[in-house]
Amino acid sequence: MAEKRSMGKEFTKGFISENPVLRLVLGTCPTLAVTTSVVNAIGMGIAATIVLIGSNIVISALRKIIPSKVRIPAFVVVIASFVTIVQMLVKAFVPVLDESLGVYLPLIVVNCIILGRAEAFASKNPVLVSAVDGLGMGLGFTTALLCMSSIREIIGAGTFLAGTQSLLALFGENVLGGFDGFTLISGNGALKPMVILILAPGGFFVFGMLMACVNKLAEKKGKPKAELKGCSSCPMAATCSLECKNDIKEGNV
Amino acid sequence: MSVENKLNISASPHVRSKTSSKRIMLDVIIALVPALIAAVFIFGYRVLAVTATTVLTAVIAEYLSRKAMKRHNTIGDFSAVVTGVLLAFNLPVTIPLWMAAIGSVIAIVVVKQMFGGIGQNFVNPALIGRIVLLSSFSTDMTCWTEPLKWRTGDAVTTATPLALMAADKKDQLTGLADMLLGVRAGCLGETCAIALIIGGVYLIIRKVISPVIPLVYIGTFSVITLIAGNGDFTYLAYQIMGGGLLLGAFFMATDYATCPINFKGKIVYAIGCGLLTAVIRLFGSLPEGVSFSIILMNILTPHIESLTTPKPFGTVKEKKAKKEAAE
Repeated sequence: MAEKRSMGKEFTKGFISENPVLRLVLGTCPTLAVTTSVVNAIGMGIAATIVLIGSNIVISALRKIIPSKVRIPAFVVVIASFVTIVQMLVKAFVPVLDESLGVYLPLIVVNCIILGRAEAFASKNPVLVSAVDGLGMGLGFTTALLCMSSIREIIGAGTFLAGTQSLLALFGENVLGGFDGFTLISGNGALKPMVILILAPGGFFVFGMLMACVNKLAEKKGKPKAELKGCSSCPMAATCSLECKNDIKEGNV
Repeated sequence: MSVENKLNISASPHVRSKTSSKRIMLDVIIALVPALIAAVFIFGYRVLAVTATTVLTAVIAEYLSRKAMKRHNTIGDFSAVVTGVLLAFNLPVTIPLWMAAIGSVIAIVVVKQMFGGIGQNFVNPALIGRIVLLSSFSTDMTCWTEPLKWRTGDAVTTATPLALMAADKKDQLTGLADMLLGVRAGCLGETCAIALIIGGVYLIIRKVISPVIPLVYIGTFSVITLIAGNGDFTYLAYQIMGGGLLLGAFFMATDYATCPINFKGKIVYAIGCGLLTAVIRLFGSLPEGVSFSIILMNILTPHIESLTTPKPFGTVKEKKAKKEAAE
């Protein structure tokens, strides 16, 4: 980071201007997979945020020790240990969530957001700023998941926050008077839930619409649009074996 | 008129045809009218309510989305009306009207306008409307009523001929004459084979569609079905008239924006449609596969097009030229 930014900015950038899912288009696989219900999305968001803060702190603290040639394996080892801790905790305290998240919980290891923050931020910045960056990015990820899953669950299943008890199992049984979500569209009346939004095509559709909305929001603030810029924006461009003919022609390399 | 005006030379094209998108869409609407009238006879006046809902919603959705995107208004070309009618033809008559409206909005806003409006849609809008409704409200989308029962007031649910054949209940099938006239269960516009064929022939005579796609589509499908049915022509006749094949082949697969332009490309596209339809019907878990096969081939259309572009006279292919240069 060439310019010095304030702590507050490092925290808030994760929400809109550099939202990992909707602006940087990272971690789309868990995003599409777990946003079928709000409870799943919150669980995934919290788990990823904890891993992100932990790995950012440790990688930032070790940034001068890790040789740059083996940095990626080193980052993955650090991230994997945090993911294992989180997975064990979830298995022990909220087993229902572990069941519904399935393979996506251990897959946080290869989540691009976490590896991306380690590579782009934590390995270049001091510990405290990295922790704030991790928190902001994690909450940004959670917010994006929350928006997507709310739309998908309300329209697609006709419920909101269904299965809250499985998440609240952390605090004991029947917390909040046994609240287990609202049923908005029962399916017996005239209205019926639109199942396609729970299915994969609906997921992609909601994802695209949200991305368009956030692009519009960012545009209003004068920020550039999120778009794929080809080889010039790729972190692997220097070591890539493929010839980037267009980039060479345009003189970008 | 003065001499100067007579000798005015303009840029090409000099020969102008009166064909316009509006004229083409009007022809398609005219071709769809016989099937609509037949549907009213078979399934009752609710057909008109469903069609009016889809058409109105499609036109309003087109107007509003063009307005929201600050583009010029295109409801005058009637393409939204065609989409609305085609979508209605793909729905069962008992469908709740709000579902039909949702299908229309998705077809127009998501598939057509978000990709740039008329001529820019990458798949057939009406078919996506149908597929979204089918996967969202599967019970309402597969609730078939018996034909002609609307006069007596009782709506009896039954199975479509294709579902009957898939379930091996051939004794419950209606006669072939009834199939031709459309007196069978099914989506409201797909049943009357004779009305659809009249509409299709009208479009071919008016040169709105080329006969290649429908003929090759139905031909490929027939060959595969004949082989699978051990040469049983009765089985083939039920397969051709039992689902949405005729509607799909004449009105859906021939959409200009989503089928190849070249003759060769059209043949490849139609063979693909026929093959996929037959495969889905014979081996798939759904009894009907016309909509899915057309959508899949729509998506492949750009690739078919790039592989079948005709070679201009006198040019040498790039690979061959390189080879010769190397020698």
